[in-house]
Amino acid sequence: MAKAATTEHNVPSREALQGLDRATLLRLMHIMLLIRRFEEPCDKYYRAGKMGGYIHYYIGQEAVATGIIPLFQPGDLMITHYRDHGYALALGTDPKRVMAELFGRATGVAGGKGGSMHLVDVERGFLGGYGIVGGTIPLGVGAAFALKYQGKKNICASIFGDGSMQQGVVHESMNMAGLYKVPCLFVLENNGYAMGTAVARHSAQTDFVKRVTAGYNIKGESVDGMDVLAVRAATNRILAQMRETGEPYFLEARTYRYAGHGYADNAQQQKFYRTEAEIDKWRKRDPIEHFREQLLAAGVTTEAELNAMDEECKAIVADAIEFADTSPFPSPDSLYEHVYTDM
Amino acid sequence: MRYAEALRLAMTEEMERDPNVFLCGEEVAQYQGTFRVTEGMADRFKDENHGLRVLDTPISEAGIAGLVTGAAMAGLRPIAEFMTWSFAILALDQIVNHAAKILYMTNGQIKVPVVFRGPAGTGNQLSAQHSQSLEAWYAHVPGLKVVLPSTPADAKGLLKTAIRDDNPVIFMEHAGLYSQRGEVPEDPNFTVPFGVAAVRREGKDVSLISYSHAVGVCLSAAEKLWQEAGLSCEVIDLRTLLPLDMDTVLRSVQKTHRAVVVQEEWKNVGFVSELASRIYEGAFDDLDAPIERVGGPFVPMPYSKPLERAAIPGEEDVISAVKRAVA
Repeated sequence: MAKAATTEHNVPSREALQGLDRATLLRLMHIMLLIRRFEEPCDKYYRAGKMGGYIHYYIGQEAVATGIIPLFQPGDLMITHYRDHGYALALGTDPKRVMAELFGRATGVAGGKGGSMHLVDVERGFLGGYGIVGGTIPLGVGAAFALKYQGKKNICASIFGDGSMQQGVVHESMNMAGLYKVPCLFVLENNGYAMGTAVARHSAQTDFVKRVTAGYNIKGESVDGMDVLAVRAATNRILAQMRETGEPYFLEARTYRYAGHGYADNAQQQKFYRTEAEIDKWRKRDPIEHFREQLLAAGVTTEAELNAMDEECKAIVADAIEFADTSPFPSPDSLYEHVYTDM
Repeated sequence: MRYAEALRLAMTEEMERDPNVFLCGEEVAQYQGTFRVTEGMADRFKDENHGLRVLDTPISEAGIAGLVTGAAMAGLRPIAEFMTWSFAILALDQIVNHAAKILYMTNGQIKVPVVFRGPAGTGNQLSAQHSQSLEAWYAHVPGLKVVLPSTPADAKGLLKTAIRDDNPVIFMEHAGLYSQRGEVPEDPNFTVPFGVAAVRREGKDVSLISYSHAVGVCLSAAEKLWQEAGLSCEVIDLRTLLPLDMDTVLRSVQKTHRAVVVQEEWKNVGFVSELASRIYEGAFDDLDAPIERVGGPFVPMPYSKPLERAAIPGEEDVISAVKRAVA
């Protein structure tokens, strides 16, 4: 396990920055800020009817996507469920086109056909976000299978939540991944809840690493998902190993979401399963604040520079909203497009 | 050659033609396939792609269906065998919510060129859980294609088309047809297109429209009706339910003015119901009698031989239906 970068009260150390150059460190901060600032205004537009359906915010979990995705090499693939905005943004998908998809416009990443839960970016290896809990895990194993079949050194990252771990098909998928030895990186974003049901109330075995390593002969470990550098360090080591061995790996990232499961899981509803005190406790470990402290303490950047970066992210999001809101809706004909490749 | 051999030849030829095609399923490799359809294939391809071209899987229908869907999304062209289509029910979410819809959800950016194949339908006293096909369920889902060959030539030609198709294909064989013999073109480029029904027997008094194993039942009934009652039945083999060749069906009904739609599976909410609706929509003024639907009685398949026989539409059911139509 990597040495803790900091505790709540200690000054973070420079070695925790893992010898990363300034540009890389600032890029990681930029990604996390962009994700945070992108998610924050969405509620308002949802209430105004500009967005619909189900929308699931990544607020609080930024360190996971940001710790993993920038390590991707060309040809690497990923797939995830519906809490996918952070992943698209971490991959570098144009925020305008992501926002336009949420607004259901023709300029969206899926032409308005998918919505929040179904973002996609084939060019960047993102096979899509999907809405069936557990349903993407066999898809990720299959994509990794294809990489092995084609003799490539790439990996497929399959990202999912703790709720997924109880779907039968996930068991089947992990068994096949361990059996065929395919380069699938299983990333469990354990945010403590499957919607409103705490892990201890949905899992007979709450040690997921133990369950996977013992059950499927797959190597695994757990990492602090609120610490972007810890996630990155673990992932960097794991990916190098995976590219060498071609074998699957299971990485649990212990993280937390401040917002509800989705839009409908509002503050009132959340009282059924968690307390304000618990949310506050996790806010004290906020990944962006934590990283900010690390960077400032190490003299990598200044308050002014970080504030300017934050303003820049807000401006990017404001532009994205403007773009989305002024984009056309898909044409009526597009209703019938892409049901088949040829009909 | 036999229907089963024709399927094997189709897969082998397509795997030789395209390195991205691979096959997986339960007992398909080492065991040579439970119906011997894949006999010899594992050996033929064992030295390629780390031995993954013909792959035995654990008993994990949902996992298998998802694995091949993901592999297709990443550029391969998988063939997944279900030991029977009764077991595919376990894979329904992957087939319907994922494979069928990914092209649409991604606005055409990710295609899923996968073939799900295996035997469907009734057999020898296999009882309730092993005796269904549920083709109507799949024909109900936009994004899937549904194919049911009734002859060895069609088995080969349609399977090759399915493998070359960039969409997910539900390919339903029939265990009762595996040993059926027929002429099969040798040309490795011989394919049978989707959406083109075949007129298996020409006639002028009534149109019998069917698919898969029931086509043979219709042909026997047609011959009997000709010999015994001088009735001239036209027998149409739909071949594919999706895409559906209504032009051939309507042309036939416009000629005969009477239609009997026949399937083996439960009549209630069966594909024949959709077919009847479409014939009414397209040829109402050409009909001289209501359309007769022939399908299985609304019961789970019983075990005992005489009960099972009563639960599978046979010649007599088709003959009675024709007589009602011409009465």
